Amino acid sequence: MSIRRDPLDPYDRQLVREGQPSPAGPRRSYLPDVPDESLLGQEVRRFEHGSRVPGFRDATDLTKDPSGVPDPAQVPVPAELRAEIEDYMSRYPDHRSAAIPALAAAQRLHGWCSPEAIEQVACVMRLTPGYLTAVVGFYDMLEATPVGRKTVYVCTNISCSLRGGDELLASLKGELGDDPDVNIRGFECLGACDIAPMASIDGTYVGPVAADEIPVLADQIRTGSDPLPAKQLVRRRVADAAANSDDVVRASTDTGTLGPVALGPDRPQDTVPAQTEGPSA
Amino acid sequence: MSNHLLFENIDEPGLNTLDVYRARGGYAMAEQALAMARDSIITALKDSGLRGRGGAGFPTGLKASFIPQGKMDKYLVCNADESEPGTFKDRELIQKNPHSLIEGMIIAAYAVGANKSFIFIRGEYQQQAEILEAAIAEAKEAGLLGPNVLGRGVELDMWVHRGAGAYICGEETGLLDALEGRRGNPRLKPPFPANQGLYQGPTLLNNVETLTAITYILKVGAEAYSAMGVEKSSGTKLISVSGNVKRPGNYEIELGMTGRDIIYGLAGGIEDDREVLLWFPGGSSSPVLTKDDLDTPYDYDSLAGAGTMLGSGAIIVADDRNSVVDIAVKTASFYKHESCGKCTPCREGTSWTTKLLKRIQSGEATPMDLDVIDSVCDQIQGNCLCVLGDAMAMPVSSMVRKFRPQFEAHIESARIANEQRLLAELDEQEPVLQGIGAL
Repeated sequence: MSIRRDPLDPYDRQLVREGQPSPAGPRRSYLPDVPDESLLGQEVRRFEHGSRVPGFRDATDLTKDPSGVPDPAQVPVPAELRAEIEDYMSRYPDHRSAAIPALAAAQRLHGWCSPEAIEQVACVMRLTPGYLTAVVGFYDMLEATPVGRKTVYVCTNISCSLRGGDELLASLKGELGDDPDVNIRGFECLGACDIAPMASIDGTYVGPVAADEIPVLADQIRTGSDPLPAKQLVRRRVADAAANSDDVVRASTDTGTLGPVALGPDRPQDTVPAQTEGPSA
Repeated sequence: MSNHLLFENIDEPGLNTLDVYRARGGYAMAEQALAMARDSIITALKDSGLRGRGGAGFPTGLKASFIPQGKMDKYLVCNADESEPGTFKDRELIQKNPHSLIEGMIIAAYAVGANKSFIFIRGEYQQQAEILEAAIAEAKEAGLLGPNVLGRGVELDMWVHRGAGAYICGEETGLLDALEGRRGNPRLKPPFPANQGLYQGPTLLNNVETLTAITYILKVGAEAYSAMGVEKSSGTKLISVSGNVKRPGNYEIELGMTGRDIIYGLAGGIEDDREVLLWFPGGSSSPVLTKDDLDTPYDYDSLAGAGTMLGSGAIIVADDRNSVVDIAVKTASFYKHESCGKCTPCREGTSWTTKLLKRIQSGEATPMDLDVIDSVCDQIQGNCLCVLGDAMAMPVSSMVRKFRPQFEAHIESARIANEQRLLAELDEQEPVLQGIGAL
């Protein structure tokens, strides 16, 4: 049983069991966060007084000037990255449009959008690091903190969670959660609800992932091999059986594409009859 | 006549390459269109009755006719940021038949006089983006794109722009901001993108399926296309069926089919032959329907009449093993995460609705909270720059309204369960003394 207390209330009373010391120690009165004597003469910086957020004062140095566009002579940029970003910039009438592809390229190189990576992009694109940091903060696929190089997104949106997406994420996290090389996370709808529950492993969509395949998949992610080749999305035929003529079905089967319905483990592996009742013409 | 247009023989091996696409008559329509007058293409689009396939259902020909005439840089942007939960039709088109999209874009760009075009594809579709980039490179090599398209003196440049994972970039003005390299915040409308869009220039913005359909409209003729489907919802539509059905996937249907025919006919019915609890007819943003609405014809106007919308054509079916409370929490927390934070009603409304729903889920709520949810959802709608807030408010409030007894029953049972757990915990503890006894 938990009792909600207001930690700031000096008269906060606590329940004490008979014969036991108070769990919070002797009663303390609340003291406001008073700065050092030496600081009292100084001007109080904006927002500073009264904030009890841990690390609030360390988050940024408000006395510093905002950083401007980096000086090209000061920032070394790898030649390949510079060429790639300049290629992106040449595609658009306004070179600023290349911000997202350029940051993605820097992330591929550095592993995440580190201050160093952002500074390099800012240097090539002639933008401020602050602007690019704001862009990084908006998009889910741009990482603002250090993460593993191997990216595993598991879809946990409605369609997938109806078919066990949350369980897939939990068991994959159980298998790979302590691996520092793997960045595993639940993600917004990945646009592959036909193969739910599914995961995207470095951009390769696989599904439906059965429960007994999860250790295999985790192993393949760890070793970096092709994930579940028989269940990759790119090899599937369209579900609409009436769309393809028989010749095309035969030809595509010969090239190794999978049938439109790969059934999961808990569903019977019955052969799906060729769909006859097409939409009425 | 076959009722398949976009999906006809889509699994033909190698269709993503130019040779195979040309062998089946590809780019013939682009050649024909470039010989036509620009106005006649727009007239054909208007006559066909094609409505935007991305979600809003705005008539495509009308939208194209809004693009101003004159000699300035005009842009064509293809919205391939298919993020609506439950939707995956564009993925299949891009992956298997990218050239049909490119051909449709050539025709559309010529019709409105656009000289630069971008395909904004969501960052998660890496394999599809690679296929599309390869197809565009092939088309450029063959002179289908570039300074002199098909030797007719028309200029068209085309690039793939990959996003980086944000649902809001599927909204047209949010997409334009992301394409300009900013945070993808929607803009105030008007001015509409047709007048001031990308780089403040006139911009035609259409979904993948809409642009692809343009080729087929010219192929079969506007009259034949408008004869398909029903009045005011003509043509074929790609629908994505997912959730607890036996055969989830993409299907091409003529509009006007009933929901029952789609779920029980095409998709093979519900897994383990259970009952439908609820279904989203147009992605997770559309108000839900129940099993009583299964006989509603699947077209724009009939669904609007049933108080919902066709949206992107994504049908998500949940069977009766699921709890409507869990589905509501999932839906609301998705929109809470994806709200860009620009407009207060959406930013706060999605966040508070999620908190209220989670409270209901854990049994801390009272039935009055359901009324609060309803009023919060009511105040989001129509009060923001874009429809993301509405997209959460509509399904959640429809769930609360249609399944109120289930919500109330869940609140009550969860509350009782909590109470019993608490009492059992207390029983295990020693008695707690308060007041003077505690000293």
